[in-house]
Amino acid sequence: MSIWKYANPVLFMKTSGGILRVLVPVTAVLMVTGLMWGFFFTPPEMKQGSTVKIIFLHVPTAMLGINAWLMMLVASLIWLIRRHHVSALAAKAAAPVGATMTLAALITGAIWGEPMWGTWWAWDPRLTSFLILFLFYLGYMALWEAIDDPDTAADLTSVLCLVGSVFAILSRYAVNFWNQGLHQGPSLTIAQKQHVADAYWYPLMISIGGFLCFFVVMVLLRTRTEIRARRLKALLARERMA
Amino acid sequence: MIALLARDLKLALRAGGGFGLGLAFFLIVIVLVPLGVGPEGALLSRIAPGILWVAALLACLLSLDRIFALDYEDGSLDLLATAPIPLEGVVTMKALAHWLTTGLPLVLASPVLGLLMNLPAAGYGWLVLSLALGTPALSVIGTFGAALTVGLKRGGLLLSLLVLPLYVPTLIFGAEVVKRGAVGQAVETPLLLMAGITAGAAALLPFASAGALRINLR
Amino acid sequence: MDLTVTDLAVARGGLPVLEGVSFTLSPGRALVLRGPNGIGKTTLLRTLAGLQPPLAGQMSLPPEAIAYASHSDGLKATLTVTENLTFWARVFGTGEIGAALETMNLTQLADRHAQNLSAGQKRRLGLARLLVAGRPVWMLDEPTVSLDVDSVALFAGVIRRHLAQGGSALIATHIDLGLPEAEVLDLGPFKARAPGQGGLQGAFDEAFL
Repeated sequence: MSIWKYANPVLFMKTSGGILRVLVPVTAVLMVTGLMWGFFFTPPEMKQGSTVKIIFLHVPTAMLGINAWLMMLVASLIWLIRRHHVSALAAKAAAPVGATMTLAALITGAIWGEPMWGTWWAWDPRLTSFLILFLFYLGYMALWEAIDDPDTAADLTSVLCLVGSVFAILSRYAVNFWNQGLHQGPSLTIAQKQHVADAYWYPLMISIGGFLCFFVVMVLLRTRTEIRARRLKALLARERMA
Repeated sequence: MIALLARDLKLALRAGGGFGLGLAFFLIVIVLVPLGVGPEGALLSRIAPGILWVAALLACLLSLDRIFALDYEDGSLDLLATAPIPLEGVVTMKALAHWLTTGLPLVLASPVLGLLMNLPAAGYGWLVLSLALGTPALSVIGTFGAALTVGLKRGGLLLSLLVLPLYVPTLIFGAEVVKRGAVGQAVETPLLLMAGITAGAAALLPFASAGALRINLR
Repeated sequence: MDLTVTDLAVARGGLPVLEGVSFTLSPGRALVLRGPNGIGKTTLLRTLAGLQPPLAGQMSLPPEAIAYASHSDGLKATLTVTENLTFWARVFGTGEIGAALETMNLTQLADRHAQNLSAGQKRRLGLARLLVAGRPVWMLDEPTVSLDVDSVALFAGVIRRHLAQGGSALIATHIDLGLPEAEVLDLGPFKARAPGQGGLQGAFDEAFL
């Protein structure tokens, strides 16, 4: 038994269908709990008042915006090395979700920034990096759309994802170099919670978990759609050949 | 491979080859900026480094889709792929030809345009140096974008969308060199970082470009 | 060296078009590929030339032994006949073009720009490239398009000389080249079958069913 057996589309459909039946309710519960708790049952913060509560949207979306790209990178590598169709399709499926998360992080950031910094947008390194990341998503999705042959598209977008990742990291450092910013340091680091008070920490964790599950659900659903589209195509092709 | 370089240069210089278009575009952008923001010298000299770099970058972008499209249409690219030259060599030569016909003229013309933008005297040397070190990266990265989009109809617009985000680090460091140089600050860090990006891109990206070409030709 | 193709399957746009193609092409022999439009002649030649991977099967010669001439001639309109040909001669590392110009009856046109050539003259220039490539196996895709009767005869003579020098040629064409000694391979029987009817398994996208 190896995990590669899930690269078989038929098996993937069966397994992912089972996972979704469990994961969808879990996602709903986590998101509702996390966001309700965060929005309505946490005290206003001393300096920022209730505006701070947007953290429950901002932090999860920002984390997923980056990690979705990371997932696409891994999936692209798997496609290039082992040529599993499901992997390429999962990368394709994740892109719009990641782009939406990135955009959501930018928008919630703007809404948060307005009362805090007095501006919707500043050319702060973090904000700028996110905007650039969003551009990378746009290019990646546009390339998928532009190519007819699915395997050619998978190959080329994977190469773009690889090269793009290197340049995205370079851009991150370049942007840091270019401007020291307004944005506070990371709110969360692994195994540390000193930046966030307990009252926010628990709902935030639940909210992040909810968004993560939401991301997985979306990617699974979209991958299933892609697989069905390919199945349709294969059926039509078989008909044409017969 | 020298033959390929010589042919591409010859083609660019002959009628319809588009040589000088990038240069003319560079000039026009630089003329338009003061018309847009006003003729005030202090303002112009402050924004000069950034504008000069952005204009150079756009001028480079202009001719990217020609790198492979013409050879693809007339079948030369298929023949080159079956020729005894490695495809990595082909893309490197293509990038070099693009730089010689687009990047190098920009480098040479940049002091004159710096004059138009009221660039402080200390900045000229850094402007030329930063463009000379940075524009090769623009050509190499652009060649990668062109290789990705070679078979596509309406590839031009997509090419810009793909390539411009990749230009970000070069632009930032390049403009930073000129900005710092113009006011007499130390420029070593951004200059070295930019040179590093150029060297890394020139060394590694041809493999990605050749891979993309192979995928597109099959 | 023989070019031996065994059980080759090729695909176009993700669909298998030919399967089980097997033949041997010995030095001094020519093989004419026939079959209706869309059967996959061009795809087969491109696969053999190394431009795309086969779905299955082997071929005994590396693509480096093959000079491939596609539908398009790969000419640059603003270069002269000499410049166009010299370029390919240098790329293929031979460098001598006088004989090729002579053979293809292009010597008088040597200084003319390719954009001022007629379609047939362009085609002749495109075929002259085969002579400077210096490779033993020629793969020709509809080589006689836009050639007049005299030029077809001229070209048939060129192929015959290539064969006499120990070369070989694989030609996809619909018209009679005037090469009675050439063998003919009809691709019709090799048309790929649907996987359900005993065709190639695992040609891609089958995994999705």
